[in-house]
Amino acid sequence: MSSETITKTPEAAAVPPPGTASPKKRAVLGHRRLLTRRDRITLGLMAGVPTILHVALVWLTALASIALAFTTWDGIGFGSIKWVGLDNFRELFTSNPQFWPAVEHNVVWFVVLILIPTPFGLFLAVQLDKQIRFSRVYQTAFFLPVVVSMAVIGFVWQLVYNPDTGLINSLIGANEPGHYIDWIGDPDLNLWAILIAASWRHAGYMMILYLAGLKGVDPSLREASALDGANEWQTFKNVVFPTLRPTNTVVLVVTIIEALRAFDLVFVFNKGAQGTELLSILVTNNIIGESSRIGYGSAIAVVLLVISLVVIIPYLIATFRKERSA
Amino acid sequence: MHSSSLGRPMPSPGRRTVLRGVAGAAALGAGIPLLSACGGSGAAADPKTVTLGSNASDAVPKKAFAEIYAAFTKKSGITVDVNTKDHNTFQEQINSYLQGTPDDVFNWFAGYRMQFFAAKKLATPIDDVWQKIGVNFPDAMKALSKGEDGKYYFVPISTSIWGVFYRKSVFQQHGYTVPTTWDQLVALCKQMKKDGMVPIAFGDKDAWPALGTFDQINFRTNGYDFHVELMAGKASWTDAKVRTAFDHWAELLPYHQDGAVGRTWQDAAQTLISKKAGMYLFGSFVAQQFTNKADLDDLDFFAFPEINPAYGQDTVEAPTDGFMLSKAPKNKDGALKFLEYLGSPEAEQIYLKSDPSLVAASSKADTSSYTALQKKAYATISGAKHLTQFMDRDSRPDFTSTVMQPALQKFVRDPKGVDGLLASIERQKKTIFASG
Repeated sequence: MSSETITKTPEAAAVPPPGTASPKKRAVLGHRRLLTRRDRITLGLMAGVPTILHVALVWLTALASIALAFTTWDGIGFGSIKWVGLDNFRELFTSNPQFWPAVEHNVVWFVVLILIPTPFGLFLAVQLDKQIRFSRVYQTAFFLPVVVSMAVIGFVWQLVYNPDTGLINSLIGANEPGHYIDWIGDPDLNLWAILIAASWRHAGYMMILYLAGLKGVDPSLREASALDGANEWQTFKNVVFPTLRPTNTVVLVVTIIEALRAFDLVFVFNKGAQGTELLSILVTNNIIGESSRIGYGSAIAVVLLVISLVVIIPYLIATFRKERSA
Repeated sequence: MHSSSLGRPMPSPGRRTVLRGVAGAAALGAGIPLLSACGGSGAAADPKTVTLGSNASDAVPKKAFAEIYAAFTKKSGITVDVNTKDHNTFQEQINSYLQGTPDDVFNWFAGYRMQFFAAKKLATPIDDVWQKIGVNFPDAMKALSKGEDGKYYFVPISTSIWGVFYRKSVFQQHGYTVPTTWDQLVALCKQMKKDGMVPIAFGDKDAWPALGTFDQINFRTNGYDFHVELMAGKASWTDAKVRTAFDHWAELLPYHQDGAVGRTWQDAAQTLISKKAGMYLFGSFVAQQFTNKADLDDLDFFAFPEINPAYGQDTVEAPTDGFMLSKAPKNKDGALKFLEYLGSPEAEQIYLKSDPSLVAASSKADTSSYTALQKKAYATISGAKHLTQFMDRDSRPDFTSTVMQPALQKFVRDPKGVDGLLASIERQKKTIFASG
């Protein structure tokens, strides 16, 4: 979303509003005449309409939910919006039993994704990059889960985890009273069960990103390191991996986003019950419904927004700084 | 919010709900005012047409209702223009739907949920209609159809009933008798466990079934009046009475099926069908899972046993569905005639012929075509002193879905630490009910 603004805004600024440029100025900037009045109107519309839509549908709504976070509102008539200051946040931080677990689970989600499927995806990419036989087949097999929608993945894995009739419990006989394993309901298990499903998909995603990165590694570097007598691990560690730096940045950002927007898989799995609460689920539970707590839900959304900004702002600063120095 | 399936089960709530949730979230992101712009027909008033917003998206009720509307058109010459939405979508959008340009008449539920919209002036009182149809309904139904201001807002059509379901053949085979007191129930559970059965089937993955268990135990322990006060946010959850109800529940929990939080109600029903479980505390729509005719004939139920003799078994949980009139109907005269027809025994009978898993709300409807189960449900409802709806129909849905559902799942999984749980419920309840 924000990248859209970045590309759009300069364009909009470059086009002077029709009719404001004086004839004198036009004479000075001779080449400007290339743009007829019609061209400028067209350009103005092309840049203006998306800008207006973007501002109205993204920025205004985001600001509106920030404002709503300080109110209570049941969604019926604008008259029932009541200003409550920081009450929503106070309640969230002190008396909502699901809030802190949700924050914790979002963090766990990120840590697990970055520590397990990401290195595994890199490993797969490195192996596939060696032009082994059937490389295309493996590539497709590992990438397949990424093509499937998260919701569908949720349904498929439920069949595996269903405590009564699921694959695992049926195989190991853990669906009998006495030694019953509740993969979906037990809060000590269900988050990990879902994370396996999430990792299953994430590994393929990471593999493709790294594969693209590896294609960009200059083969002469490998040759040089081979001539210097480096073994495969040394080549990877000292030559290939450092050149993957830009890819690593993308991977890190993608993984953070995945962790923050995690929702669909859990929602299908058990609607964020005991042990799988997530911020995005709390937002939805509070806002959607017949008599909703829009103010309170917005407060949770604001917390999610703040967390996202804390992560994204340093990244943007670092990226811009790099671009400027380059 | 997803407890929508209470009155009537969805074939696959999960799948639909997700898509709905995602679509709903996107719609909200795009600006709330947009939502209220959609829905409803913009057609000018036509005295020969009544528009109806329907949540009867499942095949059986949809067909049953269509027959009622056809009969009404034949009788009055007024066409019913039905705008059917998926059951869950209807519920999630009801808020903006009623604020926008809703249809003249719409499907809804009795109880607090009806009163909520009535109090918000999003429905029109229909006292005139009730003067004519009043004779068709028992007193308990009349009470269910009134708003907080004492005016009528609702025409009931069908009811399901909550009770303890069991298989007659299993009771016969082991020589069990139907328990009528708490001690008998506990003794029966012990015996069933000894006989190698799961005494009580239980699945709370969708989070709303446990609300029903709490309802039963609470109004048996503390009586109807206290239950109503508690649901209305007036009584305190830290009251010793609530604690006693939870103590009873904790006593019974070891006899419930393991791992309830990971199991859907449909899967729990399967254990009753396969005779692995002896009993199942649930709504009568559990019958829809009994696809085999012989199994269905074997299904029976009893009212939840007495806990406190002062209240006996006087309260029955019977979630009721019906119709309401929107805030500014375009064809009010036609709509009133239509509602009057919907409140007639004739309309009820047409409905019940097509959907035998429920019973009529009217006491005048012909019950001769009822199955034994329907007859029993009907008799239990007619004999009840008080009817309750269901926790999320009797209380604020935002409270039940965001506070009670997770809280009860926590209790079911780990019944220790009730006091902390109740204190937490009470704290959250105060802010929700204070928000108007």
